[in-house]
Amino acid sequence: MNEVREAITRAHHEEWARVVAALTRRFGDLDIAEEAAAEAFAAAVERWPADGVPANPGAWLTTTANRKAIDRIRRETKRDDKHKEARMLYDDSRGPLEGSVDDAIEDAIEDERLRLIFTCCHPALAPETRVALTLRMVGGLTVAEIARAFLVQEAAMGQRITRAKAKIKAARIPYRVPSAEDLPARVSGVLAVLFLVFNEGYLATGPDTDPVRPGLTAEAIRLARLVRALMPEDGEVAGLLALMLLIESRRPARVSASGELVALDEQDRGSWDTALIAEGHRLVRERLATGVAPGRYQILAAINAVHTSARDVRDTDWSQVVALYDQLVRLDASPIVALNRAIAVAELDGAEVALAAVDRLEDRLAGYHAYHATRADLLRRLGRSRESRAAYDRAIELAGNTAQTAYLTRRRDQLG
Amino acid sequence: MQYLLSVIHDSSTLATSDEMAAIDVFNDRLQAEGYWVFAGGLGGPDMATVVDNRGGEAMVTDGPFVETKEYLIGFWIIEAPDLDVALKLATDGSKACNRKVEVRPFL
Repeated sequence: MNEVREAITRAHHEEWARVVAALTRRFGDLDIAEEAAAEAFAAAVERWPADGVPANPGAWLTTTANRKAIDRIRRETKRDDKHKEARMLYDDSRGPLEGSVDDAIEDAIEDERLRLIFTCCHPALAPETRVALTLRMVGGLTVAEIARAFLVQEAAMGQRITRAKAKIKAARIPYRVPSAEDLPARVSGVLAVLFLVFNEGYLATGPDTDPVRPGLTAEAIRLARLVRALMPEDGEVAGLLALMLLIESRRPARVSASGELVALDEQDRGSWDTALIAEGHRLVRERLATGVAPGRYQILAAINAVHTSARDVRDTDWSQVVALYDQLVRLDASPIVALNRAIAVAELDGAEVALAAVDRLEDRLAGYHAYHATRADLLRRLGRSRESRAAYDRAIELAGNTAQTAYLTRRRDQLG
Repeated sequence: MQYLLSVIHDSSTLATSDEMAAIDVFNDRLQAEGYWVFAGGLGGPDMATVVDNRGGEAMVTDGPFVETKEYLIGFWIIEAPDLDVALKLATDGSKACNRKVEVRPFL
């Protein structure tokens, strides 16, 4: 029974986007695609325990979803003939392309999920809507999970997604990968969304979901690889891919057998994925060799390259990390960057200096668990146990992830 | 698929002769490339009159229906295959008339 449940969960992680994308392509309607996909998974939950897991779950789900979509269209057609004409999304048919770059573009166009992602990340949609839509349509997260990730009410999130789909349909946002000419501008928006999807997989937000959802991180990496195949010269694409690979490389060490988050300094570095690290380092070196000023993702990748170069946490080149954060602050003066810089500063200049920097962020980060967790850790190092405990309490309150909560609770309970 | 490109005006100055010339060039291009449906400039809010005949008797009032800093000063109606094309044209239109342009699909 558990095996069937696992198979359904795995199929959901692996096949959701494929099913939604295939149906969107076929029926030209995100609503129909999404609802039919959801119905197909519901059918799997009902049927697989009795009938057994099909040999090819993806094909079973796509076929079932197709049937559900046709049933739905028939019902609606009976109700209102005009619904049949409501095929607003359409496929951009292109002629044959020539040359290697065009082959790469052609390959990417072949990928339904990439097409789906470019539609969900269209600049005519608000940035928060793009992420929500991508998480729903590509990531297969429920509206409730997305709402939690954004700290908004489920009803409001549902409305946001519904509104976005209505706009895509009514304004005729095309279902395609943009032309080569438009690609650079559109890619940065896609990268932002992919990174957020990756982060959702790396630190899932729901209390009832796995703390880590490898399906989502894998999907974000897979799509980043595709975008890279499409734009091998784009430094930020390479940077984001390197960043995700280097973070992903640490995943095996990140959650303990008992489901607790393991912080970077306590991780078993022997279990880091050396193949991913090698690939990430290769990309970082490749970008450095170009001599072109790095963007945000390339700097973050370089920071992670420093971490993954150290065999032991004590070997970490913290001055290099802080220097990279200084570079990042000039590009992105967000309080979260400042918080992460402060964590590195603690290693270089001590907890007291870092705490002063962290405290300056209170106004902007008071609702963010990592702010309180960082403060708690610094206060602990300074022997200010009572204040540290209060900060841990607040961090635990705000943490959305079970592994994180377990980690924070243990650290709090270790206080004298 | 038709789109309304609304030109949003946010000051009291009218189009300069340079802007007018650029708009003419843009209009010619819309026609030459087959996007053109219709376009026009509008009198300002001070030239507006609102008629309300929802009650028993039609009410005619001087002035716009709502007082705002920004208002519609002109528009293009274009025929375009999708929003990407409409947004590109709106981008060039905004440059030509030197004003913000809102894009909305006809339903």
